[in-house]
Amino acid sequence: MIAPTQLLARFKNAKTRERSELYKKHPLAIRWFHWINFPVLFLMIWSGLLIYWANRVFTINFLGIHIGPLFSDSIYAPHAPSWVPDFFVTKSTDDAGHVTRLLWSMDARLAEGMSWHFFFAWIFAINGALYVSYLVFSGAWKKLVPKPSALKESVFVVLHDLRLYKKPLPVRKYNAAQQITYTGVIFMGLGMLITGLAIYKPAQLEWLTSLIGGYTVARFLHFWITMAFLGFFVVHVGQVIKTGWNNFRAMVTGYELVTPDEKSVLEAE
Amino acid sequence: MDLEPTPDEVTPEEVTPEPERSEGQIVMGRISRKGFLWAGAAVMGAYGAGHWLFSRREAGGTQWPFRRGLEANEGFWSDTFSEAHKARTFSEKDVQAERQNGDDGLDEDYDPSTWSLSVMGVNGQEEPITVTMEELQKFPHTEMITELCCIEGWSVVQKWKGVRLIDFAKKYPPPTVSGGDPDFQRLEDLVPYVAMETPDAGYYVGLDMYSALHPQTLLCWEMNGHPLTLDHGAPLRLVIPVKYGIKNIKRLAKITYTTVKPKDFWAEQGYDWFAGL
Repeated sequence: MIAPTQLLARFKNAKTRERSELYKKHPLAIRWFHWINFPVLFLMIWSGLLIYWANRVFTINFLGIHIGPLFSDSIYAPHAPSWVPDFFVTKSTDDAGHVTRLLWSMDARLAEGMSWHFFFAWIFAINGALYVSYLVFSGAWKKLVPKPSALKESVFVVLHDLRLYKKPLPVRKYNAAQQITYTGVIFMGLGMLITGLAIYKPAQLEWLTSLIGGYTVARFLHFWITMAFLGFFVVHVGQVIKTGWNNFRAMVTGYELVTPDEKSVLEAE
Repeated sequence: MDLEPTPDEVTPEEVTPEPERSEGQIVMGRISRKGFLWAGAAVMGAYGAGHWLFSRREAGGTQWPFRRGLEANEGFWSDTFSEAHKARTFSEKDVQAERQNGDDGLDEDYDPSTWSLSVMGVNGQEEPITVTMEELQKFPHTEMITELCCIEGWSVVQKWKGVRLIDFAKKYPPPTVSGGDPDFQRLEDLVPYVAMETPDAGYYVGLDMYSALHPQTLLCWEMNGHPLTLDHGAPLRLVIPVKYGIKNIKRLAKITYTTVKPKDFWAEQGYDWFAGL
């Protein structure tokens, strides 16, 4: 067991004292793109679920065995435990006037979901396009895009994170696993836009829908890339918490505190 | 002279040395406070924006900013729409099982033998025109296999047979904005909307003229080789594959050409009026 104070120390980074130098990690533009994308992606997934509710057909099958639907009905309107204050509760009244306290209700909100989805899709697309343009024109892509050796290196990163490989990893802005993940997420975003457009305008963009393999295929892919995004989100947030405050703060302020040695390595990168 | 300091001369710093903060750490403290003040302001701003949005006055079953958003999308997509954009067509082997959905405007005790189609606002006609099924079927027949995409998310490929609305409209044309003769090469001069209704007016849709006169828009009486059943809209329904299923009105009895944006059953419930695919 780790004592809470130890955990806090780890979160705040134990090496605080030696980290005396400021390293400019994330430019202002990247921080804006990141923090705009965070609520926009949340709204896209949330409104996507409001839409998916109306035709929730995808199931989990394993080796041909049907395991269950995605998601169970209770995900859309979970009951609120009695200790949850009214402020956080949505009340649903049935025909008989009986009031149910729900944590949230996603039932029968298709029209609202579509309104959110097709508005924020523009912001998602524009923000994503600006982000990629910035990476290209600033040269920042050089530290982000994985090199051929990244696949092998990323194995060590994963082993290190699982505490199976004890040696410290080389000091870099993005390690190989991050490079593969962040570059992959850009392609996932592109995949969302392409499959989304194919579902949104299958007549006007008929060539695109046909290229993907049709309307139902586009819908299937759009859904599963969303699930991949949720998977990314869980791992990303987990890693950010694990890596600690100094790293998280860099995405807000732009700067990370590093040791003089780390700084010379990072700036030579 | 004794140079050893006496205990009461020991400075506090020597007992508990202040952790020395580097210049970088001091600067970090400052920009960090600034950054998180911004973050806090952004969170409060987002909460305020959400509160503002949901407290706006209603416009067609939703808050007006949502309606404006839908209309902005309508503007973008109708600007780039033309008859050159066609819904995908399929072959016989792709036809899927029939799926019935929606019974608004479909009274159970309806006798289709009482049906006729009335067309209002035909160019140069004061009175409504009445068209029987026999007359309608004298127009050139069109068959197509297209996918009906329900706004709920499912879709079915079906074979349809009927009369293209553009062929029908050439005999019963809409009036023009300029007052001149209708010219189907210049759709922009035709009145901009078409309204459609069931016999009991229990279901109604509005269409933009470009989509209504799109070459894949059919007045349809037959699906998958058999006459329409009552729950699929017998005796006549609209099939418009460039729109969501909600615009494919069943048991169509009344067509009106109009300059006023027509009311629409689902647009009144917060859905997009345009509903274009």
